[in-house]
Amino acid sequence: MENFFLAISLILGLLILLSLYRGVFGPTVFDRIIGVGFVGSKTLVILVLMGFIYKRVDMFVDISLAYSILIFIGTLVFAKYFQKKGAT
Amino acid sequence: MSIVAILFMLAGAFFFTMGVIGFLRFPDFYSRMHATGKGDTLGAVLMLTGLALYNLHSGFLLGNILVSIKLMFIAVFWFLANPTATHALLRAAFDSGLVPWTKDGKSVIEWPPK
Repeated sequence: MENFFLAISLILGLLILLSLYRGVFGPTVFDRIIGVGFVGSKTLVILVLMGFIYKRVDMFVDISLAYSILIFIGTLVFAKYFQKKGAT
Repeated sequence: MSIVAILFMLAGAFFFTMGVIGFLRFPDFYSRMHATGKGDTLGAVLMLTGLALYNLHSGFLLGNILVSIKLMFIAVFWFLANPTATHALLRAAFDSGLVPWTKDGKSVIEWPPK
């Protein structure tokens, strides 16, 4: 089962690299914000998978919980900051 | 139990992959948001549900049940928070005057609408 978790983690890492393209070359600033949020949501799952691989789920779950709240607040703050006329 | 967990996690990986493909290939910001806002939410919720089910495979001990409850709490929080963040970001882009993409380059209605 550890091999399956490792394979899923590698697939998610590949998807993170692919979606970093929009974070770097995105035409507008909002594309970059979604790119960063997208990377964050995959990191959330990878953290729990790392906990299963290292057999320390009870520690990694708390880190993942705090990280999910951090992504949500970060996206909201960026959306509020760029919400003015002609910010693109 | 672990067969169901594997099925859940493969479905989550499928939705993540579809979200990334839509994120890379769609033409403008609003349609990219359409792909990521749904694929991202459902993928993360399915993955975390599968992991919470797999965590219970070694017996219903107190620590295992607590960790599974925490994982399901992350899933429920993400199911509520990610559409909220998507909506706030879309609202910010709309208010800052980002014009939607059309095939011939001119907008269908007068933009921005009143």
